[in-house]
Amino acid sequence: MYFLKRLMALPPLLLLISLLAFLLVRIAPGGPFDKERKPASPEIERRLLERYHLNEPLWKQYMLYLKGLSRGDFGPSLKQRNHSVNDIIGQALPVSAALGISAFLFALGVGIPLGFYTAVWKGRWFELAGNSMALLFVCVPALVVGPLLVIVFAVQWKLFPVALWGDPLQFILPTVTLGIYFSGKVARLMSEGMVKTMHAPYLVTARAKGLSETRILWKHGFRIAVLPVVSYSGPLLADLLTGSFVVESLFQIPGMGVFVINSALNRDYLLIVGLVLIYAFLLLVLNLLVDVAYTWLDPRVRYKS
Amino acid sequence: MRPLNSPLGKKPRGLFYFLSLFLISGILAGCSRKIDRADLIIINGKEVESLDPAIITGQPDTRIALTLFEGLTRFNEVHAQAEPGLAERWDISSDRRIYTFHLRTNGVWSTGEPIVAEDVLYSWLRVLNPMTAADYAGNLYYIKNAEEYNTGKLTNAADVAVHALDRYTVQVELVNPTPFFLELCAFQTHAVMPRWTIEKYGDRWIHARPLPSSGAYQLIDWRLEDRVSIRKNPNYWDAANVQMNRVDLMPANSPATALNLYLTKQVDIVWDKDVIPAELVDLLKKRRDFHVFDYLGSYFVRCNVTRKPFDDVRVRKAFALVIDKKRITERVTRGGERPVSFLVPPGIGNYKSPEGLGFSPEEARRLLSEAGYPGGKGFPRVSYHFNTSRSHEMIGIELQEMWRRELGVEVELRSMEWKTYLRAQSELDFDLSRSSWVGDYNDPNTFLDMFMSANPNNRTGWKNPQFDEWMRKANATDEPVQRAKYLSEAETLIVRTDLPILPLYIYVGFNLFDPDEITGLHNNIRDEHPIRTIKKRKREGVR
Repeated sequence: MYFLKRLMALPPLLLLISLLAFLLVRIAPGGPFDKERKPASPEIERRLLERYHLNEPLWKQYMLYLKGLSRGDFGPSLKQRNHSVNDIIGQALPVSAALGISAFLFALGVGIPLGFYTAVWKGRWFELAGNSMALLFVCVPALVVGPLLVIVFAVQWKLFPVALWGDPLQFILPTVTLGIYFSGKVARLMSEGMVKTMHAPYLVTARAKGLSETRILWKHGFRIAVLPVVSYSGPLLADLLTGSFVVESLFQIPGMGVFVINSALNRDYLLIVGLVLIYAFLLLVLNLLVDVAYTWLDPRVRYKS
Repeated sequence: MRPLNSPLGKKPRGLFYFLSLFLISGILAGCSRKIDRADLIIINGKEVESLDPAIITGQPDTRIALTLFEGLTRFNEVHAQAEPGLAERWDISSDRRIYTFHLRTNGVWSTGEPIVAEDVLYSWLRVLNPMTAADYAGNLYYIKNAEEYNTGKLTNAADVAVHALDRYTVQVELVNPTPFFLELCAFQTHAVMPRWTIEKYGDRWIHARPLPSSGAYQLIDWRLEDRVSIRKNPNYWDAANVQMNRVDLMPANSPATALNLYLTKQVDIVWDKDVIPAELVDLLKKRRDFHVFDYLGSYFVRCNVTRKPFDDVRVRKAFALVIDKKRITERVTRGGERPVSFLVPPGIGNYKSPEGLGFSPEEARRLLSEAGYPGGKGFPRVSYHFNTSRSHEMIGIELQEMWRRELGVEVELRSMEWKTYLRAQSELDFDLSRSSWVGDYNDPNTFLDMFMSANPNNRTGWKNPQFDEWMRKANATDEPVQRAKYLSEAETLIVRTDLPILPLYIYVGFNLFDPDEITGLHNNIRDEHPIRTIKKRKREGVR
């Protein structure tokens, strides 16, 4: 019932977000058709605005937008004039999603074991190494990691292509570049969670019952310690699915990140709103899924409607 | 509590876990599509906005659109001058105002239908149709009644003076003898487009497959921010001389990535200045495959003459006289740009620009003093605005220092985001503004007419009836020497007498390609390189 209510709240929430995005993008100075080279006659500019209804009052433009949206039409792109927003999202979202999922798995695949063992092997050299690695991953931005990986693995050692998309080998460097920061964050969350959990009374009880240490840590400790990672995973996945400008530019990947930034710079109003809606939708749905996962992982959690 | 001594340390389960996730990533990667390498791969600059010749404005867009849709003339691959395209020949009336084009009778669309005079009419009138809202419709205003139809003063398209005399003959009447009209006929706004496809698919006609094309190539695929794939059009009238079969044109958002792709031979040519890393030009210039050439582009500063203190020509002159342009091209741009005191780039046929103001700090200080600011005293704080970019900023810093040192005036630098900068410039909300202009065709008119009083690209607030008169006279005469004289008089007004702008330098173009491997690509002032003539030679040992 609680989750049903949350689901029902989605449409009005998205409507509100679309309205806010629709209004906020208009505050920025300049418009989609401002160019270095103005048309020979102001009449041409006027027609252009008319063509995309930009001459209408804002409320009317929004109504027209909602009308289109109700048919699943996000409207035309004002910059890529041969493409609709649907075309762009349809083309770019699967690319960003593939890269995002891959980076997500990388972040969890590296971050969870790293954090887990850093906590479990406390007092050993691994703790220092693990903590240092996690800190390094969090501190060095993709802007630095990406070019470094390209120089070493693509230009010097020629193990991977320097950029482009489509070939399995072209997946590796962008995945690592995008995922490494998050793997550091995940490792830190996991490690903190694990340290706290290891001293929890129910683990002492489990030990007193004579359970093996492996079983205690994996079956009882891990499930609770991983909760901060799970709650972080929702927004993380939404973030990764919608692409990254830096990584996509660096590896020339035709994903969403490039459009998110360029649409804002180009004042491509309808594309911005469309992308914001997709991001918001993913964020809301994934957060909901995180809450569902919570009830499964931690039997103490129950939601009341 | 029991010490936690490696309870899990015997078997590296974490490693197993990690590897299996990587495997999933690999599977995901495997799902992505595999692309065969095209015969020729070019990095074409920023992502194209459109491929519809009627609405495109950017150079990357034009380069592709012109391979798909040809005009009555086309650009020659060496000097980028107009040569016969879909028209095999033409007659020009004695007053040079009436052009009669004779179309090739063997010209057909890639889909097999004949290309006829009605197709030309339809394409030109579509650009002029107010509903198309074509930015570049002004390129057709040289045709009688075209401007009136485009701006709604005339509503009947039949009034525009372009007619089909028969199935293969098109006659055009111009307002003035226009010496660059044949060149305009090779421009995208004059390209011939498939009527039936546009009428059937409307705004989405470019997505029709097969897309009928009148040019040397046909469109196979267009994935945004990825690539545009084109393939040789076997029905093109000059197909025998089209060199490569499949060509991919890719956008690049990062110049460093574009260079890496080139250096690792994943692309064959990089041909847009925007995607050559500016900070590496010094190094690149030493390479045999880095080509620097004169370019039809000018870099200058706009003055807002409607605001104090730049409403006073003495102040504008003082500011111009202390600019050490050579220092800017040698220390900031470093690509071999040419410092100049005029606007129109050298190399345009039948024209030589008049010299503007040189470097004379004493004269500058005298003028500033005369204007009421001796030694810069009492000079209001003004700003120099530019769109955010490292090189524009560096130029701004150099200018700021020159003005401070020589004139004793303080100029604030204001970096602005692109659209904000454009809006400020067109609303005359600036004191001094970084500017540049790239010519559309090889004639001084493409640089000078923007400073006519009513031109929307003027953006200085400067109006001079004498300038307008010189320009009108120049465009009304069919005598080349006289015309050049009028144009030179007009340019003198803007670079020597009134100075609404402060000229800095003429751009150079950059290309990256290996001359041992790539042939048929010639550098020219228009930076125009028809893909049809480019050939990639296969060499042993090279992928």
